[in-house]
Amino acid sequence: MHLFLFLMFGAVCVGGAINLLAQRHPITSALSLIAVMAALAGEYLLLGAEFVAAVQVIVYAGAIMVLFVFVIMLLNAGEEEQTKGSRVAILLGVPGMLTGGLLIGWVVLRHSGTESVPIGALPGHPTDIAQLLFHDFLLPFEVTSVLILIAIMGAVVLASKPEASAGKVG
Amino acid sequence: MESMLHITTLHYLVLGAALFLLGVVGVLTRRNVVIVLMSIELILNAVNLNLVAFSRLWGGLHGQVFAIFIITDAAAEAAVGLGILIAFFRNKETVNIDEVNLLKW
Repeated sequence: MHLFLFLMFGAVCVGGAINLLAQRHPITSALSLIAVMAALAGEYLLLGAEFVAAVQVIVYAGAIMVLFVFVIMLLNAGEEEQTKGSRVAILLGVPGMLTGGLLIGWVVLRHSGTESVPIGALPGHPTDIAQLLFHDFLLPFEVTSVLILIAIMGAVVLASKPEASAGKVG
Repeated sequence: MESMLHITTLHYLVLGAALFLLGVVGVLTRRNVVIVLMSIELILNAVNLNLVAFSRLWGGLHGQVFAIFIITDAAAEAAVGLGILIAFFRNKETVNIDEVNLLKW
């Protein structure tokens, strides 16, 4: 049962990711990315990380993807035109990707523990995560809030109309 | 055969590596900036999966806290990246990443 659930969510993840790359229109890519996020939340649940799974669905599949869909709607971007890759890109890229993939595969197979991960032990209780987040990691947490504030201001400045700032200067 | 039926950390690492490689292929091959940003999100998700799997392996919660920090970072990155994209689209009327060549030598 555990293996079946893992394989099902994993297949949705990989299939959604391949569909993201294969689709020409950005909105279908965004929808398949949402499927990937939801399946990953299922994987987190299998690992026992309920809180991370909830945050994944709310923040990623909810907030971030809505932002993406809004931007796709604003830009009204059609299908991208297909151009042939340059010869240098193919000559360097394909062997580079193969080397990278083999390296990652070798490291993963060589250096990972293979103990079985049981289902349902659930160490990810929100109370314990809150204890870590607001006590042990309080400084990084506060720095992250400053980062978010700066990101909000940066996004507003970048996305605002240039006439508004130009009018103030002129 | 019995050990094949159990899910190990290795399974999660292989899935994370597959998602990571697909994200890298997306960043390198697609020309639409929106899809490139989505591929970056895919890479961040693969890292998150690895962190949670290791958190499960070591029995601690630090990996999950790190995953939450990475989700926060991804939100900030998406906001700023899409803001840059809107500013770029206003100037050039395109989302093709090949047109982003102002700094090209």
